[in-house]
Amino acid sequence: MRHGTAIAGIGIMTFLALVAAAFARDAQFAAHMWVLFFVLLGSAVVLLRNTSFSPAGPAVDERSGYMDGPIRYGAIATLFWGIAGFLVGVVVALQLAFPDLNIEPWLSFGRLRPLHTSAVVFAFGGNALIASSFYVVQRTCRARLFGGDLAWFVFWGYQLFIVMAATGYLLGITQSREYAEPEWYVDLWLTIVWVAYLVVFLGTIFKRKEPHIYVANWFYLSFIVTIAMLHVVNNLAIPVSFFGSKSYSAFAGVQDALTQWWYGHNAVGFFLTAGFLGMMYYFVPKQVNRPVYSYRLSIIHFWALIFLYIWAGPHHLHYTALPDWAQTLGMVFSIMLWMPSWGGMINGLMTLSGAWDKLRTDPVLRLMVLAIAFYGMSTFEGPMMSIKAVNSLSHYTDWTIGHVHSGALGWVGMISFAAVYYMVPKLWYRERLYSLRLVTWHFWLATLGIVVYAAVMWVSGIQQGLMWREYDDQGFLVYSFAESVAAMFPYYVVRAMGGALYLAGALVMVWNITMTILGHQREEAPIGGAAPALQPAE
Amino acid sequence: MERFFNYDTMRAFADSWGLLFLMIFFIGVVLFVFRPGGRKAAERAAQIPLKDD
Amino acid sequence: MGLMDKHEIIEKNATLLLVGSFLVVTVGGIVEIAPLFYLENTIEKVEGMRPYSPLELAGRNIYVREGCYTCHSQMIRPFRDEVERYGHYSLAAESMYDHPFQWGSKRTGPDLARVGDRYSNEWHVQHLIEPRSVVPESVMPSYAFLKETPLPVDEIAYHLEANRGVGVPYSDEMIAEAKADLLAQADPNADTSGVEARYPKAKLGDFDGNPAALTEMDALVAYLQMLGTLVDFSTYDEAAGYR
Repeated sequence: MRHGTAIAGIGIMTFLALVAAAFARDAQFAAHMWVLFFVLLGSAVVLLRNTSFSPAGPAVDERSGYMDGPIRYGAIATLFWGIAGFLVGVVVALQLAFPDLNIEPWLSFGRLRPLHTSAVVFAFGGNALIASSFYVVQRTCRARLFGGDLAWFVFWGYQLFIVMAATGYLLGITQSREYAEPEWYVDLWLTIVWVAYLVVFLGTIFKRKEPHIYVANWFYLSFIVTIAMLHVVNNLAIPVSFFGSKSYSAFAGVQDALTQWWYGHNAVGFFLTAGFLGMMYYFVPKQVNRPVYSYRLSIIHFWALIFLYIWAGPHHLHYTALPDWAQTLGMVFSIMLWMPSWGGMINGLMTLSGAWDKLRTDPVLRLMVLAIAFYGMSTFEGPMMSIKAVNSLSHYTDWTIGHVHSGALGWVGMISFAAVYYMVPKLWYRERLYSLRLVTWHFWLATLGIVVYAAVMWVSGIQQGLMWREYDDQGFLVYSFAESVAAMFPYYVVRAMGGALYLAGALVMVWNITMTILGHQREEAPIGGAAPALQPAE
Repeated sequence: MERFFNYDTMRAFADSWGLLFLMIFFIGVVLFVFRPGGRKAAERAAQIPLKDD
Repeated sequence: MGLMDKHEIIEKNATLLLVGSFLVVTVGGIVEIAPLFYLENTIEKVEGMRPYSPLELAGRNIYVREGCYTCHSQMIRPFRDEVERYGHYSLAAESMYDHPFQWGSKRTGPDLARVGDRYSNEWHVQHLIEPRSVVPESVMPSYAFLKETPLPVDEIAYHLEANRGVGVPYSDEMIAEAKADLLAQADPNADTSGVEARYPKAKLGDFDGNPAALTEMDALVAYLQMLGTLVDFSTYDEAAGYR
């Protein structure tokens, strides 16, 4: 029977969701369990309609010889959640400029903001990471994914996590831990999915036919392992009831703050950096068709990055009640991080040496180069902001928001777009993308969006910080807090426009990718004029 | 327990042995990467993604 | 097969690679974080700190639920402008019963660590219902629905118990009286001697301007009005203080 195990499993979970809804101790939990019930019921119906009771035949071999099904779904999910995350981002940006756009209680800023961050980081970024890691690990190990349908479980289990997290935020179910807001039961589910992910990834490495483990897989592996550790420790909590949504963190006050920012910073370091560096180390060499500039540098990059990053968390807590030595330690390690980060950036960029001319004709490569450039920029800005003197001004202001977005939109977003542009024609066996000119459009819309966004946030952030500490001749504070809020209005409007440009670029990509998947090819003049006649190599 | 696992001893351990372990580990990695013959091994590994599709 | 070939073993062995990277990241984390968990011994106990009263805890949960921390910090840094604007800088001990902490990371609105007693209950209610009616420049969402939403009270003892499970020193008596204390604190006509004995300095009476109903607005305002009011800084010894 096709999908037999899946149908049975989902059936049991559906029943459990119904039971949980019936015994719920608080209204939010009841609502959340009804959401879960209907999501699972829908999935069960879809599976039942697609099942057949003939004995399962041997798995159909794909043309590539690899297990690409979950990757195809992952590429589509990446784009879907990307659009959702960017859209919510534009909405919350507008809410800050025009507060009447808050619709209480479900769509107010406080509930939508975690929805935005989680949608972009975990839904968009996470799907890009899972899909690309499955793609890369198979092709660099020359082995099919380990565990058969387990990879499907990872994909769908992760989508369920996203749906539960997102609906929970709207219902007001949150731990208030930034980038770890989902409550205890959603965390438990993610833990199960994540262990399955580790099993699939590690199992594939174990059965590889290539003796050496390619460095991209190191980055992916450290990302999976470290996120597992961070997730489990940071979410330790005692639930009020097994039929209730609320839990209380195992840690208090200072310890809780440090645990959370140890998590929060390393979510940036291992989710948004290490994982995407894995992407860089595979897709950039593939796109330029040259090996990475220095493989030895990439090994040093790996070890230096993972062992410096883990220390840098306390720089989120400068001048707080955290002990001084921990703050200084965080600062020192953050500044040291600058070196491996730039080592990695140089390694990525120099992979193009001898092939720089391709930048003229290949907009996908342009996306990659811009991503690496933004990686370099935000890993320079980050250590700078971790210096206590700078942080005293920048902390609590929009500067931080600008910094995060130059990393997220510039580095994470661009490298993910490039990876999807690379993978999709291969995954669907298309000769090329529907249109390279649309990729160029995407490139410029996104670039313009980021530049507007980051520039505006620098200005508003620094202005905020200066207004808060401005004294007059008599030694009185010049501005009330409300005046500093009013001064932000024009910046918040322009910031929303920057975000909208970025969203528009992503919509162009969706169109381009959809047409590619459907098998269309746009007739267009090649970029950079007609291909020049071949010259002998110099 | 309290005698050994308190704030001061943990801190002392952290900025002595903990730091030393990580430094040695890192120096070991660097030495290894630049070992004689390392270049050839690295160049072989770098070709992995390009071998086929 | 010299020492130099050892890394090749790591490169070719997934388990070793896994263990190696795991060691590197855990050692870093443990070394940095573990000492903090023994910090409790060294945090100077500050006079006046006590666990949240049941009503305050319920209010705090609403604060968390609505994501107030996305725009408001509760952590005053030791700078002249912050101390003048918000009050004495925050002490580690002041968040010792906070599960989770609410220090925040962004000030779209002002810091709230010492907002208690700064405004009247009426101001808070009006501000939460229509922020721009009292602060024209504000970009805060409206929370009028809190005044219409009854506060669930039956589960509150379990919330105290869960807090005790993670180390908050709620006594058996506090847990047994949790619901009664919650109702008494928000009721202007109740006998409040029990609440006052168990939770010194607790703010008493009706908070939302409607004594007939116990709403989420009551709880949230009760929480806001106690923020930063527990420690008496006139008796706090600056030199001996721990930050």
